[in-house]
Amino acid sequence: MLTISRATYDAIVAHAKRDHPDEACGIVAGPEGSDRPERLIEMVNAAGSPTFYEFDSTDLLHLYKEMDARDEEPVVVYHSHTATEAYPSVTDVKLAGEPNAHYVLVSTREHGNADGPVEFRSFRIVDGEITEEEISVVAALSPVG
Amino acid sequence: MAIEVRIPTILRTYTAGEKAVNGDGGTLAALIDDLESNHAGIKDRLIDNGDLRRFVNIYVNDEDVRFLGGLEAELKDGDQVVVLPAVAGGAR
Repeated sequence: MLTISRATYDAIVAHAKRDHPDEACGIVAGPEGSDRPERLIEMVNAAGSPTFYEFDSTDLLHLYKEMDARDEEPVVVYHSHTATEAYPSVTDVKLAGEPNAHYVLVSTREHGNADGPVEFRSFRIVDGEITEEEISVVAALSPVG
Repeated sequence: MAIEVRIPTILRTYTAGEKAVNGDGGTLAALIDDLESNHAGIKDRLIDNGDLRRFVNIYVNDEDVRFLGGLEAELKDGDQVVVLPAVAGGAR
């Protein structure tokens, strides 16, 4: 199960709506091994595409070095689909490189940039296997310890 | 001669869980061959049909090797190499 704060959930949705019709992407980092998505980092979609996303290679290196220095890891890797359902595509599965992450998919196909509900789903993608999981949206993550 | 190579989570199955390993080689291609000799299977995750895989990023001293000559990028003692899988995907 993915447990995520309301603020982080809303920020991911806002990012997806803002970048529609292009795909939005980013991560939520948290302390290594904690499974706590604490720090949202919006990334630029270097592909600038409605059907593809990719972190810029220089941005990617900076992001991972920063997480390393802070003893963090990517707890959530999110991106949006803008014309299709919020379910991992063949490409998403083939390129999934973080076996410990929750892969969050948001679909903006219904309302685009406008207000209104979006599809927001979370998956594990390990060795080509997709497993959907429940999402618990909480007012705030519980205090550590 | 030692070059530190940072290994991403998804490839640590080849390094017994180690986040970083040492290797050597005068070029990236030679370094990868050296890694393969100690961590069998890792080469195939980095190279496809004789070229770097499109969705694997390798950096030498913070520079993407695609700008340093790819597999021919020259290496020297003390260089730091970082391997990161691309974060990419999409509906296409």
